[in-house]
Amino acid sequence: MSSADTGAAPAPAAVEIRGAHKTFNAGRPNETQALENIDLDIGQGDFVTLIGPSGCGKSTLLRLMAALTDVSQGTVAVNGKTADRARLDRDYSMVFQRAGLFDWRNVSRNIELPLELMGWKAADRRRRSAEMLELVHLTEFARHHPAELSGGMQQRVAIARAMSFHPRLLLMDEPFGALDEMTREHMQNELLRIWSETKITVVFVTHSIPEAVFLSTRVVVMSSRPGRIVAEIDNDIGERNESIRDDPAFFANVTAVRNALREGA
Amino acid sequence: MSARGRLLRIWLPPAVATVAIFGGWELVLAVARPDGFVLPPPSKIAGAAVSNGDALLTATRVTGFIVVTGLLAGVIVGVVIALAVTAFRSANETLTPLAVAVNAVPIIALAPIFNAWFGILSPRSNQAVVVVLVFFPIFINTARGLAQVEPSQIELMESYGAGKWRIMREVRIPNAMPFFFTALKLSTSLAVIAAIVAEYFGGRQDALGNLITNSAGLTRYDDAWSAVLAGSLVGVMLYSLAVLAERIIMPWYFVARRQT
Repeated sequence: MSSADTGAAPAPAAVEIRGAHKTFNAGRPNETQALENIDLDIGQGDFVTLIGPSGCGKSTLLRLMAALTDVSQGTVAVNGKTADRARLDRDYSMVFQRAGLFDWRNVSRNIELPLELMGWKAADRRRRSAEMLELVHLTEFARHHPAELSGGMQQRVAIARAMSFHPRLLLMDEPFGALDEMTREHMQNELLRIWSETKITVVFVTHSIPEAVFLSTRVVVMSSRPGRIVAEIDNDIGERNESIRDDPAFFANVTAVRNALREGA
Repeated sequence: MSARGRLLRIWLPPAVATVAIFGGWELVLAVARPDGFVLPPPSKIAGAAVSNGDALLTATRVTGFIVVTGLLAGVIVGVVIALAVTAFRSANETLTPLAVAVNAVPIIALAPIFNAWFGILSPRSNQAVVVVLVFFPIFINTARGLAQVEPSQIELMESYGAGKWRIMREVRIPNAMPFFFTALKLSTSLAVIAAIVAEYFGGRQDALGNLITNSAGLTRYDDAWSAVLAGSLVGVMLYSLAVLAERIIMPWYFVARRQT
């Protein structure tokens, strides 16, 4: 197993996972080994995708980083602290497949939610929410309710909410999985724009090979039952724009990821 | 559409329906002429309501008070149990079976027993019947709304470091609102039924339930019917208040519907 981007950086790695195992229902008849011997390093500013077949534990791996579930064995460090400390310090933010906006709050107040939980003053929340709406190009929808927005727009609000308190790490669990193909490509472009504007670290779970290759600086390929990392593919295909989707380098890496997935299966 | 047009569109259909029902009722009886005890025409019921106005007004006020207070107490009991059951596993294991058991009791059968507890002429026993009948649908529906939250919304709140009570306030309670109001609207008519039937067995002698039994006993069916309609008027008013409260408290809920 190879690992990239370790070493000389003075700041602690965004994510550092050592020998992580995760077993569900340990000791019971339905015991499942979800993750086995995971080592993973993610540097500050990286855009890493986790890809694999359904049930390979990629979402579980993301939840370990978020401290939404605990490792059975091994260690998970986020920004040089335990994952739970990082959660309480609000070092990271999550985006799920379902936007999960609150119907009872308008768009602006949905974005303000994490800031409210952190005790920000109302005026500061307003200002930040307006900035975030600008970032995701939804300024004119501030006072709309989530039910009035399309799926893609809802997901952009969810991203704005996630980034509202300027976390250093963005954990995304198949965020565009429920969107149609056109909206999905648009959202990918938007996400890359936001990533390059904010220099945030992104960990992105997907089961779409083109999505993984288009978005990330590194693709982590996983196999199922138990979930293991079978390959890490550095994905240096140059500047992302619409023409890269038809570029030979893009297709070469799509093929590389596909082969790694086949070998792991 | 103009404001006046919209007003007309909202009020015209029920107004037409009301006129049609009472007009039809009047007309059928005028043609068929059944005996008075079968069904009096609306005009005679209205006449009875006017001539018996003082007693009817008092009875409506007495019963209305029992309905409103019993309903409020039942709502509070139901909501408190729902919150407790959602927040604490131990409460879920103890209170839920208890509530189910209480609900399984044929509540009207309790009315004579409540009379023995609270005194045959006390409205307390009638209020108790209303509370016991109302709390359960409120509890069950509210508890479901508190529990049936999108799991990723809970994970989201946890990822922001929010605790159990913050999640209750920000996610579970707003999520339960539509469930609660559905139960509340059902409960308004349940409360009227419970109060009037409980009054058949005891409580204040000047309440609607007694007015109905006494009038029917004296074959004054016009008076009995006027009391029945007064009871349904109380139910309609409470239902309308619940709808109004729903609109004021959760306007966001109606945003989605406006779209479709």
